Amino acid sequence: MSRLTIENLTIRFGDNAPPVVDGVSLSLQAGRMLALVGESGSGKSVTALSILGLLPPQAQVRADSLRLDQQNILALSDSGLRGLRGGRIGMVFQEPLSALNPLHKVETQIGESLAVHQGLSRAQARARTLELLHQVHLPEPETMLARFPHQLSGGQRQRVMIAMALANNPSVLIADEPTTALDVTVQAGILGLLKQLQAELGLSVLLITHDLGVVARYAEDIAVMHQGRIVEAGTAAQVLAAPAAPYTRHLLAAEPGGTPPTPDPSRPVQLQTTDLRVHFGQSSGLFQRRREPFRAVDGISLQLRRGETLGVVGESGSGKSTLALAILRLIESRGGIRFHDESLDQLRGNRQLQPWRARMQVVFQDPWSSLNPRMTVGQIIAEGLKVHQRDMSASEREHEVTAMLAEVGLPDDTQHRYPHEFSGGQRQRIAIARALILRPELLVLDEPTSALDRSVQHQVLELLRDLQNRYALSYLFISHDLKVVRAISHELIVMRNGKALEAGPTEEIFRNPRHEYTQALITAAFAGEQKYQVAF
Amino acid sequence: MRFRNPVYQRQWQAFRANRRGYWSLWIFLTLFVLCMGAELIANDKPLLLSYQDELYFPVLKTYPETTFGGMFETEANYRDPFVAGLIEENGWMIWPPIRFSHGTINYDLMVPSPAPPSAENWLGTDDQGRDVLARIIYGFRLSILFGLILTLASSMIGIAVGAVQGYYGGWTDLAGQRFIEVWSSMPILYLIIILSSFVVPSFWWLLLIMLLFSWMTLVDLVRAEFLRCRNLDYVRAARALGVPTPIIMWRHILPNAMVATLTFMPFILNGSIVTLTTLDFIGFGLPPGSPSLGELLGQGKANLHAPWLGISGFVSLAFLLSLLIFIGEAVRDAFDPRKYLQ
Repeated sequence: MSRLTIENLTIRFGDNAPPVVDGVSLSLQAGRMLALVGESGSGKSVTALSILGLLPPQAQVRADSLRLDQQNILALSDSGLRGLRGGRIGMVFQEPLSALNPLHKVETQIGESLAVHQGLSRAQARARTLELLHQVHLPEPETMLARFPHQLSGGQRQRVMIAMALANNPSVLIADEPTTALDVTVQAGILGLLKQLQAELGLSVLLITHDLGVVARYAEDIAVMHQGRIVEAGTAAQVLAAPAAPYTRHLLAAEPGGTPPTPDPSRPVQLQTTDLRVHFGQSSGLFQRRREPFRAVDGISLQLRRGETLGVVGESGSGKSTLALAILRLIESRGGIRFHDESLDQLRGNRQLQPWRARMQVVFQDPWSSLNPRMTVGQIIAEGLKVHQRDMSASEREHEVTAMLAEVGLPDDTQHRYPHEFSGGQRQRIAIARALILRPELLVLDEPTSALDRSVQHQVLELLRDLQNRYALSYLFISHDLKVVRAISHELIVMRNGKALEAGPTEEIFRNPRHEYTQALITAAFAGEQKYQVAF
Repeated sequence: MRFRNPVYQRQWQAFRANRRGYWSLWIFLTLFVLCMGAELIANDKPLLLSYQDELYFPVLKTYPETTFGGMFETEANYRDPFVAGLIEENGWMIWPPIRFSHGTINYDLMVPSPAPPSAENWLGTDDQGRDVLARIIYGFRLSILFGLILTLASSMIGIAVGAVQGYYGGWTDLAGQRFIEVWSSMPILYLIIILSSFVVPSFWWLLLIMLLFSWMTLVDLVRAEFLRCRNLDYVRAARALGVPTPIIMWRHILPNAMVATLTFMPFILNGSIVTLTTLDFIGFGLPPGSPSLGELLGQGKANLHAPWLGISGFVSLAFLLSLLIFIGEAVRDAFDPRKYLQ
């Protein structure tokens, strides 16, 4: 039986604007989970918001039919829609920190909708809230009631969001990228919870996601969305095992795959750290209390050969980005850093470090914040040349920039344009060009693909592999995404709380993870593949 | 190249969208340019005169009276009917629209000064028989120049101090902040009053004393912006490239800090002008005889029976300050990310 039916839904912003959602038809069956899959900008979130009438007023929504259990949603008044929202349809948003009111305790957050929809008294609401917190498996629900959102972890916040969505016994739950902001292992917990609630309460779940791995593991049905249209729909097993639409095949092919060429132990060691430590908040002042320092990086020893990739895996807060900054000597650290045969850890100040800067470069995670919006792409890329090769003339510099742009696969007219004119993937290419123009030997890649869609990610990874082959570059590749790391790294370090839990050749760790945390990470990342036996 | 930059273009569009501020800017610029040429608008010398078929430029050059057949070796007084008569006989004179400079005393008044507005003195004269309109024009120029120099100088110091504090942080920042707290608790007005008892406060003296205390306005803003921006990814990337610190501060961080700074500037300018006017009003400002709006207001207060003094002073000051406020509002709109990032 179909719970929620959408027929021929078209949404546009403004009269002459092209439609953002173009003739979408969906059917959410009772007691099943439907995954709406698509890359950013495909219109999947807009579709979900339109069901609840949550789009801004300038949005023009047209549909042949939009029904919840035979009730026409389009014909509802504002007050009718309010009864629907949080009543019969629950919604879970992507970013739990901004979706929760920071000034209200958990009890008030959940109690509010109970009071509005069911008119419960304080005591009744409290009892129901406790029950809900049990249901979403939050530890010690009684103490949770008095907590504020900032006192909860990301996963706990998302559980509170789910409890809020479930408060009024909805029949449909819409989850808009519920785990994108969370770590892999926490992700698995939240999705498992959704799946369990679906079974227990007979919910229909509309799960919006960009991650096919998630879909494979949890959803029964799939609809693939591309540029505002549904390109393919069906059961998960059917769509994943035998994708009919070219775009679905493209998405599946874009899942990171392949392995790096086998390591060659005869190559010289490019980078070596011994017992590297970065501690924050160490007070040494005369009048300050002695506090326990925060150990962001706590005794990491690693070794990276020329032309190879060392993957650093860990969840947020594990210290992997701090490790990168320490190796680049952008923050103070203790312990040894050797680059080739020279020790870097004794060098102080810009002047001593200057010659080394050209030999190790960095690419950051967020392509939107890593390029200065006030400079042209040409100026951004040429900046390093201006510093390190001062005798170079302007025309030589421009020549170099042109060559570099070609190398990272961007057209030449790029250099006179500004960063905001480019997509995330192109911007990441610009960042790579800026790093490579000095011909470094070591490239530190701090989550270079995390902010990108899968298919763009795939292209950037290809580019990185290609550049490594050509110039025998060494990569320190930091990521939380095990699939990406597996596709590019020769060696692997698993980090948690600043310490290395496990280190060794990548394939060996994946085949035979010794630490249970590593095992949990791998299970969470590859569960989907194992379930359907499809090669992503 | 620089103005093709989309960020600046969007900001300029947002500035223009505020019509009131946009027009205020043009009116202000026009007045500013006109005031810069105050000598050509209000002067007690002709702009150009012809005497015995030769051209003379009295505004630019000083000619003794003997040049025109007079008796004295001193500079010719063209307002003297005798001298004027000598010149008119052998040529002609072109006068500026207002035939008074800021210090010219009109000895031909038919009534005791302050004289009410007349065809000769459009806004009347003050209690020493000087033309009010001429004094407003020169006073306007003095106020704006004083304000601009003070604003620019204090902004430059403020930005430099804020940048260093914010970028380096730690002890540098701590020491700077404490010093500013102590320094800003000094009563500026009293200091100036005390100082003016042993130096005669000239234009530059006043500027220097005010500068000592006015540079702190921007420090906090710039410091906060530098604290935020030093950890931006593109700043980190520049550090990893080995770009020298001063260049990082100048090229990558300062443009961000300039947003807050430029938004504040019209208001700082306003504040500077008001402070100068206040000092002139209570008599501790510029040396006696200088044309100033504050002194005019003071005269208005002392001569309530001559309302044209107070009204002219008030209207011109209020007009100038309103213009600057409107411009400031438009600048604020221009830099408001909620407006231009939509």
